Amino acid sequence: MAGGRGNIESEHVDGRSPLPHSSPVSRIPSRAVLCWGSLLLTIVLAAFLTSGIGSFETPYKTVWRLLLSLLSPAAAADIDDTVRYIVIHVRVARVCLALTVGAALALAGAVYQGVLLNPLADPFTLGVSTGAAFGASLAILLGWGGIHFLGISALPVAAFAGAVGALYLVYLLGRMDGRIHATTLVLAGIIVSTFLSAWISLLKSLNEDSVSTIVFWIMGSLSGKSWSHVMLVIPYLLAGGLIIACFSRELDLLSLGDVQAQQLGVDVQRVRFRLLLAASLVTAAAVAVSGIIGFVGLVVPHLVRLSIGPGHRRLLPAVALLGGLLVLVSDTLARSLLPGGQEVPVGVVTAILGGPFFCYLLLHRKKYLQL
Amino acid sequence: MIQVEDVHCGYPGRDVLKGVSFTVRRGEFVGVLGPNGAGKTTLVLALSGVVPARKGSIEILGTPVDRLKHKDRARRMAVVAQDGELRFPFSCMDIVRMGRYPHQGRWQLDTLRDEEAVERAMDITDTVMFAQRLITALSGGERQRVIMAKALAQETPVLLLDEATSAMDIHRKLQVFRVLDRMNRHEGITVIAVMHDVNLAALFCRRMLFLKEGWLAADGPVDSVLTSELLEKIYETPVMVQAISGTNKKQVVFLP
Repeated sequence: MAGGRGNIESEHVDGRSPLPHSSPVSRIPSRAVLCWGSLLLTIVLAAFLTSGIGSFETPYKTVWRLLLSLLSPAAAADIDDTVRYIVIHVRVARVCLALTVGAALALAGAVYQGVLLNPLADPFTLGVSTGAAFGASLAILLGWGGIHFLGISALPVAAFAGAVGALYLVYLLGRMDGRIHATTLVLAGIIVSTFLSAWISLLKSLNEDSVSTIVFWIMGSLSGKSWSHVMLVIPYLLAGGLIIACFSRELDLLSLGDVQAQQLGVDVQRVRFRLLLAASLVTAAAVAVSGIIGFVGLVVPHLVRLSIGPGHRRLLPAVALLGGLLVLVSDTLARSLLPGGQEVPVGVVTAILGGPFFCYLLLHRKKYLQL
Repeated sequence: MIQVEDVHCGYPGRDVLKGVSFTVRRGEFVGVLGPNGAGKTTLVLALSGVVPARKGSIEILGTPVDRLKHKDRARRMAVVAQDGELRFPFSCMDIVRMGRYPHQGRWQLDTLRDEEAVERAMDITDTVMFAQRLITALSGGERQRVIMAKALAQETPVLLLDEATSAMDIHRKLQVFRVLDRMNRHEGITVIAVMHDVNLAALFCRRMLFLKEGWLAADGPVDSVLTSELLEKIYETPVMVQAISGTNKKQVVFLP
């Protein structure tokens, strides 16, 4: 009797669940854990390995002990202070800065692409990075670079003003005929970007900077940066990231188009405005310390979308992590490619790595890009 | 339930709707018809609060639409759009899940209630087999069924359809309208369907509104509105209206 009843009940249950059980909700969580775990592990490993690379040779054993000494000072008591300084205050700081800057740029790229429904959008193509760099250069020229007000450095604020100004200009230019076209917007971005780059060069020349400083500013560089720069970026990355995370569900709905999103209950105007501001904020903070690093915000979101799908609640954290990894690897190449401690701008490396990938997208995934 | 009073609405400098008034009561099945450019889509946008009315008022379940919060409005009325520009390759199930947005808080995950609504909506629209397929890989008609499922997952008392079956083949159209008819009769869902196809409307709607050049040209029960004189005036084409023997339905033939 009892067995019979159980049977009927289980049949009843089966009959009532018509959805296949491969749905994302019921999918075994271990695969997701594996994916995220391996990504995190790769980043930690890459951070460790790149901390040992540099013109001053340090065995990985020393690096490991120095890292341990951050937790318990006794672990590296016998290591020379110069070595400690180079590893902790130069290399590890630079590694952390690369991760934060990369995360910021990639996150901003994902948001621009999602909000503007434009596969070519990223901080660089929209002119936001150049705007931020222009704002920061102007602040440095006017001697505001060192000004602090209530503990807030003027540099990121000036960069943010430049970023928002550039974005607004691009937006105005891009919708000349009332509608925003993907390509017009990017065209406007490139025009504004080129124009502002010229101004940056001029401002830097007026400031009697060397040509190499100008190049490093326009092509991006993490050379000579310290923990104070990391601390400069992180609050903005966290604040912007929090706003973006708040609206991750709305980002999904925005991909249905403005009208449908609004009919589903999204306050499209407000959400779009806040997301654009948040993305510009994290871009500005990153650019204020690193200069203009292109391609990260463009390529990383596409790469992640192709592998884990377009849902922003999973996409955004993955984009931030992978963006950090990409800039970390690029920066390590930038500082170790040339012999004798010479550096190339990190933007050169990201463009060399990112360019071919984007060519691949253009040639083989035209449908995905929907141009 | 839905009250539209003297609504003037359109784009800056040009009214598309020039003073439209009507009331839809709970449980009605209304077809909105009319030639191209009559203002059908503008009416949908005005009803869903996307385009504000320049003059006049629209009330949904007793509240003016411009004073409703966005999510609140989406809990009262779901809109099935003609076609979306779907930029990113979401799975169809993710798309249907988006219909639960107005019922969810900011940090809330999908509840059992949400899952049930999604399942039911996909079951009704016969889209379960698309659950894991990408929306970008479907045909136009299939995509419309998924968009329909998304609207049903919204579980609203009012459904507003904007050419929602235009890309489906005829048996799918009938299937979708049979489902709507059933929900309308058994669950008291109010359906307002903007459509091109007079004959499809004649089969399912109990009331018809005809728009022409931004005016309400006719409004009434199907039997009284579906006459050759009226249709000839609206469509400026010779028309023959025939009763289908064995049913109480009428069909329209447009003559060359």
